[in-house]
Amino acid sequence: MDEKQKTVDQIMLDRMKEIKVETMYDRYHAQLPQCGYGSLALCCRHCNYGPCNIDPFGPGPKKGVCGADANTFAARHYLRMSGAGTACHSDHARAAAHLLVSTARGEAPGYRIKDVDKLMMVAECFGVKTKDRKINEIAEEVGEMALMEFGKPYGTLLFLKRAPEARQKIWEKLGIAPRAIDREVTESMHRTGMGGDQDYRNLTKQAMRVSLADGWGGCMIATELQDIMFGTPKPVQGRSNLGVLKKDHVNIVVHGHEPQLAESIVLAASDPEVEKAAKAVGAKGLVVAGLCCTANELLVRHGIPMAGHMTMQEGAISTGAVEVMVVDIQCVMQALAETAKHFHTKLVTTLSKAKIHGAEHVEFEDEHALEAAKKIIMMAIENYKNRDNKKVFIPSASEPNLIAGFSHETIKYMLGGRFRASYRPLNDNIMNGRIRGVVGIAGCTSPRVEAGEESYVSMVKELIANDFLVVATGCAAGQCASGGLMLPELKDACGKGLKEVCEAVGIPPVLHSGACVDNSRILIACSEMAKEGGLGNDISDLPVAGACLEWMSEKAIAIGQFFVASGIYVVFGMNSPVAGAPDMQRLLTKEMEEMVGARWDFEKDLKKIGRMLMDHIEKKRDALGINVKKERKLYDMAERRALERECKPVP
Amino acid sequence: MSKIICSAAIRGAYQIVDKADKKLSEAIAQKGRDCKVEFPNTAYYLPIIYSMTAIAVKTLEDCVHVLGLARSMLPPLPAEKHWVPYLGHTLDAGMATLFAEEIYEACKYLIGPHPVDGIWLGAADDIIMRERGIEFVDGTAPGFAAIVGCAPDADTAVKIARELQQKNLYVFIQSDNLGVSFAEQLAEKGVQMGWDTRLVPFGKETSAAVYSLGFANRAALSFGNVPPGDFKRNLLYNKNRIFAFVLALGTRVTDEQYANAAGAINYGFPTITNIDIPEILPTGVCTYEHVVSRVPVDKIVDKCVEVRGLKISIHKIDIPVAYGPAFEGERIRKEDMQIEIGGPGTPAFEYVCAKEIDEVEDGKIQVIGPDLDQIPPGPGVSLGIMVEVYGRKMQPDFEPIFERQMHRFLGEAQGLFHMGQRDIIRHRISKDAFKAGFRIKHIGNIIHAKFHADFGAILDKVQVTFYTKKEDVERLLKEVRTAYAERDARLKGMTDESVNMFYSCTLCQSFAPTHICVVSPERSGLCGSVSWLDGKAGYEINPTGPNQPIERGKVVDDRLGQWEGTNSFIYNGSNRSLEKVSLYSIMTDPMTSCGCFECISAMLPMTNGIMVVDRDFTEMTPCGMKFSTLAGTVGGGLQTPGFMGHSKFYLSSRKFISADGGLARVVWMPKALKEELGEMLVKTAESLGLEDFVNKVADETVAQTEEEVLAYLQKVNHPVLTLAPMF
Repeated sequence: MDEKQKTVDQIMLDRMKEIKVETMYDRYHAQLPQCGYGSLALCCRHCNYGPCNIDPFGPGPKKGVCGADANTFAARHYLRMSGAGTACHSDHARAAAHLLVSTARGEAPGYRIKDVDKLMMVAECFGVKTKDRKINEIAEEVGEMALMEFGKPYGTLLFLKRAPEARQKIWEKLGIAPRAIDREVTESMHRTGMGGDQDYRNLTKQAMRVSLADGWGGCMIATELQDIMFGTPKPVQGRSNLGVLKKDHVNIVVHGHEPQLAESIVLAASDPEVEKAAKAVGAKGLVVAGLCCTANELLVRHGIPMAGHMTMQEGAISTGAVEVMVVDIQCVMQALAETAKHFHTKLVTTLSKAKIHGAEHVEFEDEHALEAAKKIIMMAIENYKNRDNKKVFIPSASEPNLIAGFSHETIKYMLGGRFRASYRPLNDNIMNGRIRGVVGIAGCTSPRVEAGEESYVSMVKELIANDFLVVATGCAAGQCASGGLMLPELKDACGKGLKEVCEAVGIPPVLHSGACVDNSRILIACSEMAKEGGLGNDISDLPVAGACLEWMSEKAIAIGQFFVASGIYVVFGMNSPVAGAPDMQRLLTKEMEEMVGARWDFEKDLKKIGRMLMDHIEKKRDALGINVKKERKLYDMAERRALERECKPVP
Repeated sequence: MSKIICSAAIRGAYQIVDKADKKLSEAIAQKGRDCKVEFPNTAYYLPIIYSMTAIAVKTLEDCVHVLGLARSMLPPLPAEKHWVPYLGHTLDAGMATLFAEEIYEACKYLIGPHPVDGIWLGAADDIIMRERGIEFVDGTAPGFAAIVGCAPDADTAVKIARELQQKNLYVFIQSDNLGVSFAEQLAEKGVQMGWDTRLVPFGKETSAAVYSLGFANRAALSFGNVPPGDFKRNLLYNKNRIFAFVLALGTRVTDEQYANAAGAINYGFPTITNIDIPEILPTGVCTYEHVVSRVPVDKIVDKCVEVRGLKISIHKIDIPVAYGPAFEGERIRKEDMQIEIGGPGTPAFEYVCAKEIDEVEDGKIQVIGPDLDQIPPGPGVSLGIMVEVYGRKMQPDFEPIFERQMHRFLGEAQGLFHMGQRDIIRHRISKDAFKAGFRIKHIGNIIHAKFHADFGAILDKVQVTFYTKKEDVERLLKEVRTAYAERDARLKGMTDESVNMFYSCTLCQSFAPTHICVVSPERSGLCGSVSWLDGKAGYEINPTGPNQPIERGKVVDDRLGQWEGTNSFIYNGSNRSLEKVSLYSIMTDPMTSCGCFECISAMLPMTNGIMVVDRDFTEMTPCGMKFSTLAGTVGGGLQTPGFMGHSKFYLSSRKFISADGGLARVVWMPKALKEELGEMLVKTAESLGLEDFVNKVADETVAQTEEEVLAYLQKVNHPVLTLAPMF
């Protein structure tokens, strides 16, 4: 391949090969062939009668020792993945809720309530009184109410009522409206133990419920509470890929998921003393860059540069220019400790719940966050002198190459300003066909896909050329950003209709909405679209779809399942997590549609997925009757009178 | 590309805010920070600012505050490369522009140049707004065209204006193109401008656009019951109710004009232009496109209507002059008239009567006697207009209703000026109309077409006969007058008790969503144009329309005028916001108002009575509020005990606030109103046993404050002094 056409990821991987730094791609190839039973979900290790395997083809056993069949194997496995994914986002959310409470009580120096409007919105949703109360009092109660969402003994989650009414009814009818988040996770573990729930349909219903506890619980609490403390994202210019690291600067890369660590490092780094200290060691300054979802959190709120997505974590260290890589939790590979040994880079873990053998540990607590952040920064500055300039290799300088920050609030604002903010223009232009529909892409990047292949980028190019607007989160967003798709100039790569809309509003055709917990923003956006009218009255009526091409994490399964259970068709690339159990596979990819109005698809050939999404959306459009060319409606007096909905006072 | 438009609009917004800042500093330097600032005779302060933010700007100091707010709304200019979304920003910049321009224009009222100058009218006061608002309510005016710039030449300007007038639209004119304004072009061609002809020149500066948009905001506040500060509903009300658009004519668009267009888009008002500028076609903030350009001037009015999504049904009437409500206000001066019909000493009449099926030949129009080309020009022309109708649903009671509509029907023809009714008509036909070929028989064409169009549900056949010989008219007048007298007697005998059915009027719900008029024989609609008979006919004409029969049902309170039927109708029809309504009380559950009321009654606590003020009286009243301010308290579908909007006719009803003591409670009203009601009021007072009552009612010549009213009452021994306390 011509050197110029190589992506930054590829260039970096080539470099690592050259200097003999092991990568996840190497380890992946070393794993091949991967365990067939495991791949097909036909291995059960839930008790010590096992491990049990089921033979999917030949004359081997069709049951485990306890008699569980393939569908039970797969469904239990599936439920545990959903539960684990939910646990990740939700434990993250719990940390945010604790931080909100300590911030409100004045016990977390450096943090503050930044978005009062959002606080009021959440307070209203939680039924917290706001009249004649101090902001901190309200925030404290909101934080406490949020904490109760994890363990309250009765009732269902409070954020469920943000969904369209029709959707809430479906959940109630099926008995999948989630109760307390911890309860759903615990129950999932309980039910999947030996001798528990052994009906694959029943297990899958619980997978829906625990995932909904993720989307409308954990993720949403994390998103909203973080917005309250760190600000709701607004459109910002950003830069991405390894080129954001600077040769002559002290570089700190913050990797992981929970923004509170990164926020305090950013805050601490803004102290003029820091710059002085950096200069004192011969650097021109200090760069803080994000990686993985931490990068997304920082980018959408502050425009802090993004060094890369998940699969670039080793690459970042291998630039030889990173003084400290500081990590919290999720998607952080143990391999980093090994990679760091090749360079002067210090790997610093910060949470007692996520330590890595061989890394230094600086404990990060809400009460002393700023001190810990300062300590880490000083470690980095001190480490600058140990940098070996001969080993420094930064692929290319990075120009501003994306616009990020498309929260639900931003989308509303950008479509009408502060006086006319609404989803009306979006719905209108979907109805008139300028925009065919909206595709959400979320989730991971994987070494199963060659680095230069950029599966998301190719699919998204196809989608926007066909007038589909794309919303992206997580590492999928990271890849699209590096691929240059998140610039407003990309309107010229769109079909005529989408281009007109992008020009009218000034948006890129691919909207960066944040980290993987921020998939909750997409749930809210879809609910608002349904409520705005003209596109049905439930999320499952909307011409929208979701995809994750290179899924890796259990979180991806939880996300995919909460989208499906919320009424959105979802396609995952590569393999199905239940491939060895035909009934279970049919349940996810067919029968679920009758239950919740949406279903899964799994497609190995990533190039086909764009078309699948588009076909699905066109079907939804047909069902809505908006694919029929309509005459322009001109309003006479009687019809103007009938335009009452928007004008009448709320009863 | 719309980035060009957005950049220009945002640049323009900065310029305008700076300009307003400068003007405001000048005003403060000359007048001081505490100097009062206002648009003339409005209860809505600076209406755009008031409706969007609920800030009542009263002094220059307040302006400083609001201008700061406007400045804080100014967004960054879109970046050359890698811009962030600019549509929301641009709309905010547009609104900041309007805030700044209202302040700028308000300062002009203080330190000049005065907005009212030559052809320019400046701000419309609340009287005009309410009067014209009714036309938006009944659909005669679906919206307005805000014209910016000028046409390629004066003739084209006239053509465009006429086209807009024929489509029943108001034409609000502001701004210029390279120094020439559309209004100046119309003036050059001698076109009559002003509110009466719906061609309204607000001002030559672009900032005069705030008079157009502020008018729209006030309509929402006053008719739509939208509270100040509820910007979203106010703007959506405009998007859905007032079908306005910006028509930009000329050769170039300035940054300031772009900024104003951005402001208008907030209201859902798109811009249509003949100029070569970029377009914004996606929909959403407006109903359809936001900016449409390069439209040839000869097609531009049709395009405007299409882009705004407006359906205008014009019944083509076969006459040689233009026809539409915009011509109703046109006056014909003596020197422009071909003939004058009627007038003092000249017998003339118009008369509608119901006939049997075989007595009427539909479409037959006869002129008995000479037509226009044989009548010498000048005044003193005798004319009898006999309209004979047949319809299966026709009732003799409807005759006067149809007859009264002839004023509107005939007035809407260009070059035909209609005054009076029955046997006191006085019409003029212009020389231009005569030259265009207009003849007496064409009046018949109008009557025939309009009667069918508007009353087709009741009428099947219409025939019109004109008598132009004096002797014929004199002969017929005797018969006709007998008919008038019979009618009057029949109506007079009609009381609330004599009927089982009242009628609703919810015509204004398109503007005031919770308001309902309950119309009874002794209490007409508050606008004065819907009597019980009108309601009855309205129901026959359109059984699902705004006039619905209300079966009174069981009495809840005889004295207050509350019945189960009326109460339940109010409850359901008001979106369940009202539970009860009294037909005869101002104190207990009074009837609500839409904003179209002819008069307002308001309690004067010190006097134990009420004052009545009509909309023509613009001075301060004894209650401490002008009509315009009072209207803000009373309108919008709210029940405010002690305050009530009503018709003039209701004052002469025996049921006028009879639960609260009736007419005897009236302690003050403007002199002109007293004179207008005249004999009618005297008779009612007499029938209620009140002696020399009208003279005992104070007016502005004897009392301007509540204290003065009280003093006068004591002096003349007004009967209110002996009544029980009102509350």
